[in-house]
Amino acid sequence: MPVSTSNDDPDRARRFRDAALPHLDEAYTLARYLLRNADDAEDAVQDCYLRAFKHFDSYRGPAMKPWLFAILRNVCRAEFVRRASSPTSTIEDVPDDAGQTPLWHEAQETPETQMLRRWDADTIRRLVSALAEPFRETFVLREINNLSYREIADVVEAPVGTVMSRLARARAMLRSAWMAEEEQPK
Amino acid sequence: MTCDEAEILLHALIDGELDAGHAREVEDHIAGCPGCTAQVRAYREMSRTIADADLRYTAPPLLRRRIEAALPQARQPNRRAVLRGFAMGSAASAIAATGLVAIVLRGDDEARIQSEVVSAHLRSLQAGHLTDVLSTDQHTVKPWFNGKLDVAPPVVDLTSQGFTLIGGRLDYVDARPIGAIVYRRRSHVINLFVAQTASTDRHAAKIEALQGFNIRRWSERGLNYWAVSDLAADELAEFGEKFQASMPSGTAG
Repeated sequence: MPVSTSNDDPDRARRFRDAALPHLDEAYTLARYLLRNADDAEDAVQDCYLRAFKHFDSYRGPAMKPWLFAILRNVCRAEFVRRASSPTSTIEDVPDDAGQTPLWHEAQETPETQMLRRWDADTIRRLVSALAEPFRETFVLREINNLSYREIADVVEAPVGTVMSRLARARAMLRSAWMAEEEQPK
Repeated sequence: MTCDEAEILLHALIDGELDAGHAREVEDHIAGCPGCTAQVRAYREMSRTIADADLRYTAPPLLRRRIEAALPQARQPNRRAVLRGFAMGSAASAIAATGLVAIVLRGDDEARIQSEVVSAHLRSLQAGHLTDVLSTDQHTVKPWFNGKLDVAPPVVDLTSQGFTLIGGRLDYVDARPIGAIVYRRRSHVINLFVAQTASTDRHAAKIEALQGFNIRRWSERGLNYWAVSDLAADELAEFGEKFQASMPSGTAG
């Protein structure tokens, strides 16, 4: 059997398209939450897909989505490094007053019986985007991208136990921010 | 169970990541603890609200076109088999154990074992892991398993029928040793995993696809079989049928 490794092989490109492009919205979603900027997210996803295509010969599972996400996460981390060296703010998905100072405080004092108000999607997106890393990443992979704990552990290269405790923390933070949001007059 | 433990584990409970035994432990604690009961209710409600709100973004159409444009354009579909490398092998990467990791297991054993079987197949394809005993002779492969497993897996030579026996291997699935018999068809490797089962029921074969591989699963004479390969489903079915037909009748294998 001939071995084909050429990047120009159209059959290979077709298989890659079929496997990877259905996850484009999910990948873009993850990039938006990680980078909190629409343009940067687009660039990161494009970079991710081109890298994934380059390494597609070595893809043998697990599921395509976590494999793509692991690549995307590395691209986003490179972007974080770049941002650290050029300090102009590139975060647009979170308002300035909420951007880096977390809205949340630890949840222990939260009244347990208080009902949660059903915020609209834009408000919840903003609250999620304001979560600190690495809690935001874990939260988004679970609640929005619907990965299992094990898949998340593979993507973020952390033990499953760490994923579980980060998720618990993320939800506690989000719940506090959710409550705090209710107290603010709109 | 303390509230501190439950505070973390209740999330795994909400997410359906606990096995039945541990789920019940957490539920037992919650049932007797108003504080944790309120937490579970609040977090369930929050997750439901988030799911209802749909917080996903849609990729801009231009992004899709940019990616499409960067990929080579497809011509006629080409069914030719392509050998691929296995350099990344992330499926085989072990997840570091922590105190909590052992209990985070999906309740669905069947699906989990299928996924483990595929992982074992992937591991076997990495250099040097395919066979522990390399032989095309069933009379060499079969005795090699003696003493290594509770049950000697049946080994039949199907070379004349287009499936070359290339050896055997001891593998691990579901944290137990399991026999793997390795066949080859053209450039495709077939791992046939054989494990003992408490039930002697005969289950008809079914074929499923997982992570790009086909799995043909059947049970016969107290043994569970999983044949895993990147062969097309019809060829894998043919392999399974020929294997079953070649089984020496009247023995437990």
